[in-house]
Amino acid sequence: MSGAGVRLDRVEFSYGEAAMRFDLDVAAGEIVAVMGPSGSGKSTLLNLIAGFERPSSGRVLIGGADATRLPPALRPVSMVFQENNLFAHLDVARNVGLGRSPALKLTARDRADVAAALARTGLSGKEGRLPGELSGGERQRVALSRVLVRDRPVLLLDEPFASLGPALRREMLDLLRGLQAERGMTILMVTHQPDEARALARRIAFVEDGTVAAFAPADEMFSQAGPSAFRAYIGA
Amino acid sequence: MPRDGRILAGMAGLGLIGILVGGAFAGLIHEAARDWSGAGEAFDAYLFRVARFTLWQAALSTLLSVAPAILVARALARHPAFAGRGLILKLFALPLALPAIVAAMGVLALLGRAGLFADVLGGWSGGRWPGVYGLPGILTAHVFFNLPLATRLFLQALEAVPADQWRLAAQLGMGARASFRLIEWPALRAALPGVAGLVFMLCVTSFTIVLTLGGGPGATTLEVAIYQALRFDFDPARAVALTALQVALTVAVVALLLKLGAGMAADAGLPVAPRRPAVAGGVERWVNAALILASLAFVAGPLAAVVVAGARADLARLLADPAVHRATLTSLVLAATSAFLCVALSLALAAARRAMEMKRRRDARPSFLERMLDTGAGFVLVVPPIVIGAGWFVALRGTGQLFALAPVMVVAVNAVMAMPFALRAIRPAWDAASARHERLAAQLGISGIDRLRLIDWPAVRRPALTALAFAMALSLGDLGVIALFGSDSVQTLPYLLYARMGSYRTLDAAGLALLLGVVCLGLMMLAEQGRAERGRPELRGEAR
Repeated sequence: MSGAGVRLDRVEFSYGEAAMRFDLDVAAGEIVAVMGPSGSGKSTLLNLIAGFERPSSGRVLIGGADATRLPPALRPVSMVFQENNLFAHLDVARNVGLGRSPALKLTARDRADVAAALARTGLSGKEGRLPGELSGGERQRVALSRVLVRDRPVLLLDEPFASLGPALRREMLDLLRGLQAERGMTILMVTHQPDEARALARRIAFVEDGTVAAFAPADEMFSQAGPSAFRAYIGA
Repeated sequence: MPRDGRILAGMAGLGLIGILVGGAFAGLIHEAARDWSGAGEAFDAYLFRVARFTLWQAALSTLLSVAPAILVARALARHPAFAGRGLILKLFALPLALPAIVAAMGVLALLGRAGLFADVLGGWSGGRWPGVYGLPGILTAHVFFNLPLATRLFLQALEAVPADQWRLAAQLGMGARASFRLIEWPALRAALPGVAGLVFMLCVTSFTIVLTLGGGPGATTLEVAIYQALRFDFDPARAVALTALQVALTVAVVALLLKLGAGMAADAGLPVAPRRPAVAGGVERWVNAALILASLAFVAGPLAAVVVAGARADLARLLADPAVHRATLTSLVLAATSAFLCVALSLALAAARRAMEMKRRRDARPSFLERMLDTGAGFVLVVPPIVIGAGWFVALRGTGQLFALAPVMVVAVNAVMAMPFALRAIRPAWDAASARHERLAAQLGISGIDRLRLIDWPAVRRPALTALAFAMALSLGDLGVIALFGSDSVQTLPYLLYARMGSYRTLDAAGLALLLGVVCLGLMMLAEQGRAERGRPELRGEAR
């Protein structure tokens, strides 16, 4: 399946005291890094697209269709969190299988797809392990395997590699880039790491004070001519 | 929406509790309205004497439990390496797990007319030892229960003092007196109102102990008087008056307790491992050792007496007795049903509360329903089981089905009675699992029965089993509602035990007490083990 465009059309949302307002238009198959200070609304932006939060006004369009009122499971979206992507009491194969059937009623075809996804992410032979027996990197690989069997056109990642070491993080970025090349899904990834953003994304969305303050190609953002608030944020 | 299913389940659970408590009050109010003068006349000198005794014995029990507990807790805190300290603390947890009727049996087996110490005590008092009945008996049993409880709570308070403060005290050369005044007493004083309030509450609502060890006209509490008014005098008007007074009293005590910030569920976790050096020296060491050993003897005495007296009974004959078989079967069935009901209700309330919490906006105040789901079960602590039983007894007495409804009453009241404890085990696990899994389940579209089967149940299975064992032990050992509703056709083990005590078949009673005590302790240990194991890493979800 190829990607689908994501558009936030005058989306407003209030979270306690803070009022947020997002406008964003991401093309199908594009990779975007979402950056910005803590508490600026990056995660909220992703939660609005995934359907964990409902806007008080405005529309969320995915693939051109209005998804504003759809529950999370019915949106053409997968999301990977920083942690708690897995159910700790279910083994690796079941955790991935849940991406096919929420009742875990798997056909032979589903099982084959699960095995293929695990092989693709380098987890062959670990089907029967529990999440507690895996390393942090392996757990995120399981989460990506589930993304593969779900096969949704949009992938949201909320600081997915933040708790991994530098080498492991590079490895995961390579994997992610490879998967995107094969499936062509649209990716929005929240990150604090300039090198991650540069390695992966063509465009950077800079979120500040509950709004998308800048949305421009990575080269431009990281150049001398980038917005001053963004340059202050990355410490350039 | 699956969420609404959870909230509906919680509302159904609350409704059930509401019917149980509300029905009891409706019965009482209806009875009072039918005959105002009767209920009014019941407020006589007898009633006020009973009320006075209720408060008096509770006050004395509290004083006799709490004051020594302060000294014992301090002694234990100052001797972290005292030989057998861990065992002593485990032993101090036993009385709370023991059915009250078994403890009463232990006190009688030790200090009763035919108790192990009867000859010695008779020799001292010059003549035949009359047995420890009335106020002394009640106080002995209450202190047996509450001295260890208070000790553990005070010890917890003392061990919460940061280790650095002790190091500082040692560095500054504080003696026993100075460190008591500057470090220990402030910690103890902060815990004192809560501990004393809890003990007082437990003694005001104590039924079984007073029924078995007191009971004469001079040593009757409100709860026992309610029972006597219904079962012996058949005087519903008096029962209504007594109940009104009991409820007023418990509400007043609970209000006071909440104001003092006391925990309402008697349950002290085992203190953490000692982590400070022994600081006591010289004379103090001997005084402390004497204190610890004296309290140990006081707690271990009745426990040992239950075992010794029980072993003397003809256990083989008892185990072959059809009446014992019937009572055991009845007890097991009722207790298991009650425990299942308790856990189901607790799960429903926990799930509904969490669902409502997530549904509302974070900055919004919780709705009335959510607050009820949160604290609703706590109200049963204000309304003692005997009061609920009495209300339904009065309401149902015209139907002719009074004793046929005994199983229903026992199951329902015992289930609700155990809920505050069950919720304390289940709710944190439920909320933590929900916090971890909610977004993931929503994204993957796991809902309804699939969600319960695949996600929720595995997360709360252990605490639910803990609650189940606890509720079952509580129900198995309870002699409250069954005392009101029991009959020859529906007898539980505690009821049978009480009947044998009443007919002076003391050996039989001792044997039954041993059986009942062993089963309840076994269940409680199972529950405790489940609680301890929850700390293991693979149960805490993904290791970080």
